[in-house]
Amino acid sequence: MALLDVKNLGISFGGLRAVNAFGIKIEKGELYGLIGPNGAGKTTVFNLLTGVYKPDEGIVKLADRDVTGKSTIEINKAGAARTFQNIRLFKELSVQDNVKVGLHNQYHYNTVEGILRLPRYRKVEKAMDERALEILKVFELEESASVLAANLPYGKQRKLEIARALATSPKLLLLDEPAAGMNPNETKELMDTIQFVRDEFDMTVLLIEHDMKLVSGICEKLTVLNFGEVLAQGTTSEVLNNPQVITAYLGE
Amino acid sequence: MLKKIDKRTKNNFITYAMVIIAFVVVQILLASGSMSSLMKGLLVPLCVYMILAVSLNFTVGILGELSLGHAGFMCVGAFTSAFFSMCMKDVITSNGLRFFLALIIGALFAALFGILIGIPVLRLKGDYLAIVTLAFGEIIKNIVNTLFIGKDSTGFHFSLKDAMSLNMEPGGEVIINGPQGITGTPQDSTFTIGIILMLLTIFIVLNMIYSRDGRAIMAIRDNRIAAESVGINITKYKLMAFSISAGLAGVAGVLYAHNLTTLNASPKNFGYNMSIMILVFVVLGGIGNIRGSVIAAVLLTLLPELLRGLSDYRMLVYSIVLIVMMLFNWAPKAREWRERHLPKNLLKRKQTAKEGK
Repeated sequence: MALLDVKNLGISFGGLRAVNAFGIKIEKGELYGLIGPNGAGKTTVFNLLTGVYKPDEGIVKLADRDVTGKSTIEINKAGAARTFQNIRLFKELSVQDNVKVGLHNQYHYNTVEGILRLPRYRKVEKAMDERALEILKVFELEESASVLAANLPYGKQRKLEIARALATSPKLLLLDEPAAGMNPNETKELMDTIQFVRDEFDMTVLLIEHDMKLVSGICEKLTVLNFGEVLAQGTTSEVLNNPQVITAYLGE
Repeated sequence: MLKKIDKRTKNNFITYAMVIIAFVVVQILLASGSMSSLMKGLLVPLCVYMILAVSLNFTVGILGELSLGHAGFMCVGAFTSAFFSMCMKDVITSNGLRFFLALIIGALFAALFGILIGIPVLRLKGDYLAIVTLAFGEIIKNIVNTLFIGKDSTGFHFSLKDAMSLNMEPGGEVIINGPQGITGTPQDSTFTIGIILMLLTIFIVLNMIYSRDGRAIMAIRDNRIAAESVGINITKYKLMAFSISAGLAGVAGVLYAHNLTTLNASPKNFGYNMSIMILVFVVLGGIGNIRGSVIAAVLLTLLPELLRGLSDYRMLVYSIVLIVMMLFNWAPKAREWRERHLPKNLLKRKQTAKEGK
């Protein structure tokens, strides 16, 4: 059974059919790419999958659970975590606290324990600190743990977003243009990180990307979106050699 | 890592120490008799303003929502607690216990109003939220002004018209008398109690900020969509922050009510002016900066009194001071200047530069 199974997903904004009859099947452990020209509806698909938009029709199944039309919070709890195209960090919080917010639903103590600093507060906070540092280490961010997120350089902010998403211990990680605005070196480093995360955390990854080097470098399967519809689907080499895809990307 | 926690604890410690030192200084001044009666009268209101400023800063700086109706919550706390104290005046003779219960009742009712008002209001954002909270503050004040409640041997009587329509038996006592408010509230508030409540407020707010809930609240402030995407329940935490802030304003109200013999809701104490004044404390002290709120509340309350000698020019100087403080706090040039000239900030900058590498 596929980890993510989407059938016939569609949404309209007014008269615009943004996504139509979108389907995708992602097996556990896969590194899957979603590509397409600007305005093809890739981010809309992400927003549909994570509950930001409610689909007009279609079914989204995550790990055998029907999460169609569920709220962002429920979908996150069901095991999908995402990053954003335009970075959305908690800018006034430290790097470590950003990750600790990601850990929010896995570590518990109540408000009174928090205000009175009861033993459980200390114990749980300590565990959270340790776990957060562990995750930051994967992204080589542990040195900047106490820096405000807003003061991180751009490439590290992108990484921190992935770290925060991972902190929610998802089954499926959705990355929206993780390499946007990165230079070739940073992109290379990011590719290694994504692969490492997949192997280390046994993660399934779906990513949107424009950088073809990154896509062909790490994605095993691809779906191409054009004008809200699936243009091609299959293994990376298959899809990238598909004449229709080449036309959509490069023109006639 | 350890360093960061130490810094936080140190920062909190400085805040507590500051309040305690101020308290000791005032006590010494009181004991030596070198404090004018005018200043003595200001002591409890000072605590009230400090609590209000800190609690509003929790909404504005930590939750990130602009509320212009904070005096409304204070009003709820003041009237519910004063009502309780009036009813229990003869039943509970221990002043301490009665005040303690009044405190809890005032805080709980204000927090309850915080939840009730928060449910619709927190769906709004920015300016809209500010406008609705502003309206709420005025509504509370006006409702209290038309409220008549009396007590006699048959129980409580309630009216929105006048004291006569309460239809009480002879010997009945009017507790809340419309625009005249509550008269004869036991004066249980003292400066010591005020400072204790003040410390308690700072304790709750500071510890809340550095807890799991506080992080969630600040995450919502910084980026609502991202907070939702990592599974933070936005409604729950917004309501929690709003009601705690309201409850603390209620505490200030209790303190305020038990400092006066006559409690009535006028535009001056529970109206728009009051809400804005608290907001001025918060903005000048630094949004999100708890210690700043305390300092600003003290300075700006004392300033008009200290400037009394200037008679007619008093408010003129006051407003100039406000403008200068605002510029000093927020203007980019002034901030640059401050950063260059404060040794603490120089050190901090070096440190972050090192950590950033």
